[in-house]
Amino acid sequence: MTAYILKRLLIGIATLVVASVVVFSMLEIVPGDPARLMLGINATDDALQALRQQMGLDQPLVWRYLEWASGLLTLDFGRSYTYSVPVIDLIAERIVVSLPLAVIALVMSTAIAIPVGVFSASRRGRPADTISMGATQFGVAVPNFWFALLLIYIFAVWLRLVPAGGFPGWSAGVWPALTALILPAVALALPQAAILARVTRSSLLEVLGEDYIRTARAKGIPYRHVLWRHALRNALIPVVTILGLQFAFLLAGTIIIENVFYLPGLGRLVFQAITQRDLIVVEGVVMLLVAAVIVVNLLVDLSYALVDPRLRANR
Amino acid sequence: MSDSADIHGETAASFAAKAFANRSFLAGFIITTLIAVMALVSFLWTPYDVTKLIVADRMQAPSAAHLFGTDHFGRDVLSMIMVGARNSIAVALVAVGIGMGLGVPLGCWAAARGGLADEILMRFNDLVFAFPALLSAIMITAIFGPGAINAIIAIGIFNIPVFARVARAGSLALWPREFILAARAAGKGKALITVEHILPNIANLLLVQGTIQFALGILAEAGLSYVGLGAQPPMPSWGRMLFDAQTRMIVAPYLAIFPGFAIVFTVLGLNLLGDGLSDVLDPKLRRQR
Repeated sequence: MTAYILKRLLIGIATLVVASVVVFSMLEIVPGDPARLMLGINATDDALQALRQQMGLDQPLVWRYLEWASGLLTLDFGRSYTYSVPVIDLIAERIVVSLPLAVIALVMSTAIAIPVGVFSASRRGRPADTISMGATQFGVAVPNFWFALLLIYIFAVWLRLVPAGGFPGWSAGVWPALTALILPAVALALPQAAILARVTRSSLLEVLGEDYIRTARAKGIPYRHVLWRHALRNALIPVVTILGLQFAFLLAGTIIIENVFYLPGLGRLVFQAITQRDLIVVEGVVMLLVAAVIVVNLLVDLSYALVDPRLRANR
Repeated sequence: MSDSADIHGETAASFAAKAFANRSFLAGFIITTLIAVMALVSFLWTPYDVTKLIVADRMQAPSAAHLFGTDHFGRDVLSMIMVGARNSIAVALVAVGIGMGLGVPLGCWAAARGGLADEILMRFNDLVFAFPALLSAIMITAIFGPGAINAIIAIGIFNIPVFARVARAGSLALWPREFILAARAAGKGKALITVEHILPNIANLLLVQGTIQFALGILAEAGLSYVGLGAQPPMPSWGRMLFDAQTRMIVAPYLAIFPGFAIVFTVLGLNLLGDGLSDVLDPKLRRQR
């Protein structure tokens, strides 16, 4: 078990290091000089030279990478070219929107998907199963940004229950801030819930065919108990795997959803930074998201051992 | 006797009969055929010319003359959806082609070689999967410029590890089988065995994965063109149409309805097709569904 954790940990770190090289070199080949971009086309050569020196752009490539990468370790992501503030400040300011959004969406999607999956599996082949699986088939096909538009039309334009977009900030109070996040969270959550419900159902059906389920039933344990305690617990591994993958989807999904709702989150930050060629911000945010995905997947791998005692012994 | 027949032992005709008896496959087949025909017809005929802007006709609600209404430039929405289908299909299809073309050889090679080659491939997969696909696609298109070609490349890159993983898993399960051992005993090389015996037997898996990735590609393309990084105007694209509809939703909600349904139907059709295919091709899975 310890060896397994250690191996996963090492792989995670190695992936992170290679990812940082990829991100750095990808943005290095971008056409356009950040210094020229900041000063405009009328800048004198002297001014350009001075700024390039100040920004460290005159240093050799490898040196700049090492400087940037070692900064990452201390959460020093450099300074934004356009905002002239440390990138970490921008991230801190925006993450308080994106992270709650992703977490609310993840909780919502799990809370919907698991009961639907279990319900569907327990009524396999009956009309209730056909209807709910038909609905998930539809849910998987809906692009979240289109779903978001429909939600805005129904709940903001038509019923006027929630704002159509924008974010008042947490300082305006928890409730106004939460209401601004509800529609985006639903838009993110439902398509993910559809996928998760399907996975839960098929994984559960597989488990329900096992001998130990028949044994439990034969012993006279009520079906409901067998379903929720014996079967679901064993069916959770694929579900948890998909949950981990969905976290990455949600993080990336926020980019488009934040643009639909004009939410000042990480996604909008990185999107604006890309269009403004503020590469150091892009690098910082991308590395943060990549690190988050790696950590979550590591936790998912480790959680297998918690869910399934057999893996604890074997690995 | 072909090698795939060793395992499945069925003819194309009996397979087709079985496939069309499957409800998912049938529904998916009908929907995808409709969309494909719509895209093909758009090359020859559309109700209106999508490149002509007739401002006098702008923002008309759906009517007999314009079934799905007109947009803010007076273009017919139905015609734009028909032409947009070409773009979506082309981008997703080529992206799947890139993923298969590079991913399958990689996966097969890793499975055949094992050891270090396999380890390197798996770590490469870990690396690509660590990048949220959509974020990276946005980054790639933003760096190299927006447009259909760069959208294809951006989506295609993320298909590579998916197909590599499927091909690897499928081949690994086959290598210990008797007919492969027999081929090896007969002195065939690993590359030849892969081409002659492995590939025909993992074709099923790849086909099913292909339809899934096709559907995901349609969604990804719509997302990219929605944020302005996909096909550029005046080329109509479904995502772009939704973006244009957003600010006009209060006066013209139909502008957001029809392109959205076009995306949903296409993706739905492909997913049903993929589900049906995997049911028909893999009887073991059918039991569970």
